[in-house]
Amino acid sequence: MSQTQPLPKSGALLSIENVETYYGNIRALSGVSVHADAGEIVTLIGANGAGKSTLMMTIFGMPRARTGRVMFDGRDITQMPTHEIARLRIAQSPEGRRIFPRMTVQENLQMGASLDNLEFYDEDVRKVFELFPRLKERINQRGGTLSGGEQQMLAIGRALMARPRLLLLDEPSLGLAPLIIKHIFEAIKELNRSTGLTVFLVEQNAFGALKLADRGYVMVNGIVTMSGSSKDLLANPEVRAAYLEGGRH
Amino acid sequence: MVSEVRNNPNAVLRVEHLSMKFGGLVAINDLNFEAKRGDITALIGPNGAGKTTVFNCITGFYKPTEGMLTMTRDNGETYLLERMSDFVITKKAKVARTFQNIRLFSGLTVLENLLVAQHNPLMLSSGYTILGLLGFPTYKKAAADAIEKARFWLEKINLVDRADDPAGDLPYGAQRRLEIARAMCTDPELLCLDEPAAGLNARESAELNQLLLNIRKETGTSIILIEHDMSVVMEISDHVIVLEYGTKISDGTPETVKNDPKVIAAYLGVEDEEVVELIEHAAATGSDDITAAVDLLSTEAIHEIEVTHAEPSAAPLISTPATKAAKAAPAKPATAKAPAKAKTVAKPVDPAIKAGATSNALAAPRGGKPDSLIVIKGIGPVNERKLNEHGIFHFDQIAAWKKADVIAAEAYLAFDGRIAREDWIGQAKKLAKESQIKPAAKKTGGAK
Amino acid sequence: MADIQASGQDSVYLKATKEAVFAGLIAFGLFFLVVGFRTDQNINNELVLVQRWGLLAIFVAVAAIGRFIFAAFITPSRERAKLAKSKVSAAARADRRSLKATVSRFGLALLFIYPFLVILILALINFAATGQWAFQSGVQGSLKYVDNFGIQILIYVMLAWGLNIVVGLAGLLDLGYVAFYAVGAYSYALLSTHFGLSFWLLLPMAGIFAAMWGIVLGFPVLRLRGDYLAIVTLAFGEIIRLVLINWTVVTKGTFGVSGIAKATLFGIPFTTGPTGFAATFGLPNSGVYYKIFLYYLILFLALLTAWVTIRLRRMPIGRAWEALREDEIACRSLGINTTTTKLTAFATGAMFGGFAGSFFAARQGFVSPESFVFLESAIILAIVVLGGMGSLIGIAIAAAVMIGGTELLRELEFLKLIFGNDFTPELYRMLLFGLAMIVVMVWKPRGFVGNREPSAFLHERKMISSEFTKEGHG
Repeated sequence: MSQTQPLPKSGALLSIENVETYYGNIRALSGVSVHADAGEIVTLIGANGAGKSTLMMTIFGMPRARTGRVMFDGRDITQMPTHEIARLRIAQSPEGRRIFPRMTVQENLQMGASLDNLEFYDEDVRKVFELFPRLKERINQRGGTLSGGEQQMLAIGRALMARPRLLLLDEPSLGLAPLIIKHIFEAIKELNRSTGLTVFLVEQNAFGALKLADRGYVMVNGIVTMSGSSKDLLANPEVRAAYLEGGRH
Repeated sequence: MVSEVRNNPNAVLRVEHLSMKFGGLVAINDLNFEAKRGDITALIGPNGAGKTTVFNCITGFYKPTEGMLTMTRDNGETYLLERMSDFVITKKAKVARTFQNIRLFSGLTVLENLLVAQHNPLMLSSGYTILGLLGFPTYKKAAADAIEKARFWLEKINLVDRADDPAGDLPYGAQRRLEIARAMCTDPELLCLDEPAAGLNARESAELNQLLLNIRKETGTSIILIEHDMSVVMEISDHVIVLEYGTKISDGTPETVKNDPKVIAAYLGVEDEEVVELIEHAAATGSDDITAAVDLLSTEAIHEIEVTHAEPSAAPLISTPATKAAKAAPAKPATAKAPAKAKTVAKPVDPAIKAGATSNALAAPRGGKPDSLIVIKGIGPVNERKLNEHGIFHFDQIAAWKKADVIAAEAYLAFDGRIAREDWIGQAKKLAKESQIKPAAKKTGGAK
Repeated sequence: MADIQASGQDSVYLKATKEAVFAGLIAFGLFFLVVGFRTDQNINNELVLVQRWGLLAIFVAVAAIGRFIFAAFITPSRERAKLAKSKVSAAARADRRSLKATVSRFGLALLFIYPFLVILILALINFAATGQWAFQSGVQGSLKYVDNFGIQILIYVMLAWGLNIVVGLAGLLDLGYVAFYAVGAYSYALLSTHFGLSFWLLLPMAGIFAAMWGIVLGFPVLRLRGDYLAIVTLAFGEIIRLVLINWTVVTKGTFGVSGIAKATLFGIPFTTGPTGFAATFGLPNSGVYYKIFLYYLILFLALLTAWVTIRLRRMPIGRAWEALREDEIACRSLGINTTTTKLTAFATGAMFGGFAGSFFAARQGFVSPESFVFLESAIILAIVVLGGMGSLIGIAIAAAVMIGGTELLRELEFLKLIFGNDFTPELYRMLLFGLAMIVVMVWKPRGFVGNREPSAFLHERKMISSEFTKEGHG
């Protein structure tokens, strides 16, 4: 669903360099450097409150990075207004879903649709409904009356409608049934493979995220403490102890 | 089921013929179930199946279109919840709840959140504010007690240090715990938790399990929970009810439910061809033991990564068992505890057998006929296949496993300590003995 | 590193220049027709267009330069200040807290001695001017300051503190608060003139009546939230006013009720006769004593409001109000009857409005519907919002600034020297009021004191930043 011409593999599509972000006077991110190459799936894992969602919002300038810079496709977007950042085809399924509760499912998807051309609209809607048949059943229902999981599907669907070059997903699996999570992860992988979509994924479900991603970062208290290929992270005893063990086998 | 529900005096909550319609949309259709006193009952199902709607009916936020919801308190009093308004249900019937999208009072401190939950007893002791305003000592004492009670729960949820911080400032996981503690401060006899583990990582949801078990143990509170995290549902619940499109599709112990092919197809999900295989298998043998299949998502993670990453061009993500077997690279040691050791053990015995196999692997089953390994509790068709690929075909092979073998097997099965926990070796020994005499017995599961 | 900083500085100026040009363009667009041209009549009574390019240029220049200064200097310095503030140690914060406590204690002491302080200062001025010590001269001169500033401000402080219970604590947006003020005032005016009941008996009764009306209003609007609630309360305020105007048999309509009895000090009336206050204490006759008495009366009533509010916040009901503001659904899930909780908030807030109303009637000796227009509700609400919802000190400061400021405008006679004799500063009262509000809201979006003080604590009392508290949805 993203642009069809895959970008050259070399060079980072998104690079976050030495970023510090504050909420009021509280530092949420300290010196974070993360990058995602074109066509990559990168995941950011870490405990609750580590600053993962803050990093994702910093890309969009809400809040803005106080120091450091955010580069997208060779452009410095650190100080760019949020709506202009979105126009660079960076789409996000944000924390807390943030769908438009009084608009119908269809209207929500229309809101997300690509800003410059609508020729792909029908195709994109069809693909979203293929991915989430549930949304098709609810097409004329208001967003606010959907169940939590359905709202999550809508948020992801809306982000996909923008035909993004970079897709930011903040806990896409939150509140979803295991089967749906699997569908979503498969769909992300498939999009990535077929269209070269770059995905930046924040997940609590570290196992699923690492399984999906090419590379991963581990964040603790606003600092990236570890990074590497997903395989290495999955095998890393520290990561296993902190994020993988416990409930899941 | 209905008659069973009616006759059970142990039920803390009985839901009978519950229906809820929103305009033309049927959210719940003739639902019947019961939650036993002191049990942890899980309500699972696909998104939009009506789980939260059931909660909203129980807690009075919706008035059901039809049906009866009977809450029986510990002292024998019964309440018909569908006739009561929401706050009375909490106050009189002692049902408390949490919300899917956390609803804390974010601008109040953590402590104040817990004090608001004790509103009703405090109102009484403050003489509906008037005595308290005049400074009567009864209120002072009650207020001090309320703070003590709050402290008790803060200690339980490990948030004493943050008692004076605004609730909105807590990290997500702590907010979830605080919401549970706040609900507990209303002294409920039935606690309804809407996705308590959503947004928690593996470690936090394990802590949540402990918290919930602890709550039940110490206060005897019955719990109903909606959850998608199977590690929570399967580990702590006594009883699972599965909803799809507002109707119940399965009901029973976690074991029965997770082996129910309908549940797997509608909710848990495994690879498509495997579902078919499982259903066929279940139909053929009458057994529903596909325990391990449920763990597929996590157990195959490393394998899949290796398959896809070793050969990035590998076309479909969902490789069929055959291709997977062909491509699977040497299994990585999955246990964090003894990775080095596992590596040394993991040497192929026979070139035909895959790398990483255990010491007593065979190239082929003896007499060309393998034992049905799925009879062992904890081994499903997927794991059976994996075991076969690694040269394990017979009960006596598993029975003869030593510690190193277990580690090696866990490595390729991507299990952590499950073999020991589920005592595969013990089971295998027994089965090996039995198989000498008669064909392997079927494991009994079945609906309750 | 220095290089980066220099380029950073350059980019700030570049950005500021860009913004300045933009602001200038906007100003040009806005004022092009309004300021650039003026219609006038010539001798032949024809309409002519006067072009005022110079004035327009000044307007545009002011906008552009102002924007440049703001973007180039003020914003970066504020950023730096913010960064520096984040480094302030805990000790400094504790210092600030103790300073705050001292300030509020000092302010309270000042309020208690205010009338005598005014008298003393005026007497000293008189002494300096005439060389004669005459205490009485100070007494006479103080009337204006005690009445116009002291009493006037304190009435608004009390009203705003009363409304604070409804808006600031319970989060119910009430645009018709002045109705309860009117109920209190008319209760006293009518019952006093018809039945001759004393002020001290009617004061609590006025509060009770107003509280009853609060419940009457509360019932129908319980289901409403946010904008809808605001509109209905506004309508309620207008209904009360229209009833007062049109129910002439009882209220004498727009003529109002006059000749309302004054309050007495334990039965001692403030009259000139031999039983009057001045005669009883052997003081020279003066109207100032009554004003000073009224000052202490309203100070007492305002402090009562504050005391009750502080006490209530530590009661379950007060906490329930604040919880209601944060999340009504969660409140219900905890067994709190939100209906009665809302009604008590309305009733308690209305009660203090009623007290203030009866005081108002006793002070003026005359009430008419004109005193209870919507603008009054708006001003009281503005004070609550400016002060910081829920904060007693912030609201008191806001009332002092807003009401004191507008009263001060009356005093600024010297402005006539600058703007000519036609200039009446009072006419610009509302303009300045509005400008001040915009400035404050830009500078402090959550009011003077946006932080919330917790009602209970386990280890230490920490102020809660306004970013966590909610305004409520009605």
